[in-house]
Amino acid sequence: MGSDVKLRSALGRARGLGSAREGVGHFYAQRATAIGMIPLSLWFVISVIGLTHADYATLLDWVGQPLNATLLSLTVLTAMYHAQLGVEVVIADYVHGETLKFTLLTASTMAAFLLGAAMVVSILKVAVGV
Amino acid sequence: MTKRDRPLSPHLQIYKMPFTAVLSISHRITGVVMAVGTLVLAYWLISAAYGPDAYATAQAVLGSVPGRLLLFGWSVALFYHLCNGIRHMFWDAGMGFEIRDAVKSGYITVGAALALTILAWAIGV
Repeated sequence: MGSDVKLRSALGRARGLGSAREGVGHFYAQRATAIGMIPLSLWFVISVIGLTHADYATLLDWVGQPLNATLLSLTVLTAMYHAQLGVEVVIADYVHGETLKFTLLTASTMAAFLLGAAMVVSILKVAVGV
Repeated sequence: MTKRDRPLSPHLQIYKMPFTAVLSISHRITGVVMAVGTLVLAYWLISAAYGPDAYATAQAVLGSVPGRLLLFGWSVALFYHLCNGIRHMFWDAGMGFEIRDAVKSGYITVGAALALTILAWAIGV
């Protein structure tokens, strides 16, 4: 199919949105977070391996490093965002009842925010050591 | 009824899934598994925030045999989803759509995921 084939109205093209009303936003965010997760997940796995037998003091030392606390928070937030985008697609594909679908989409979004907040607060608490 | 010779959509209960289809649904399954698996990560981090005793309990739970099995499953899901995600990025870039290429990249994905899992646990244990 050539680029001269026009399936959308001029207004539709100018707005850049589709039937989902958000254009390629979801698609793009899923890929952007996926690219971010490549180095972050590898860093995370290597770090966790290093912490396998760590006692509490060692953990405090490690999370207390600003770089580690930053990357750990970034990993958690990117992972929750990416997971939420993926779960949304899965729910949209397999759940057909409108009420149940709406409920699950809302609940999964809330769960992602809740888990993200809880993990970042935990990381900060360990890092700052209050 | 006249019998028409035209393709049928797969009847999932009696359909032998092709290799590439198994890999495709596995990407979703491992993704959902990890989304649920973030609860384990949350448990570990929140325990650390609650102090040395809670952290020691979490380390003992995750270090037990069921805990290690859980983490092993988690790592398999992570490495598979990571490798197959990279395979998806090649498709997004318009590469590797021929069935032969898709099967080949599928084998590379499974091989790389296995290698990374074995490597991680060889270093970690």
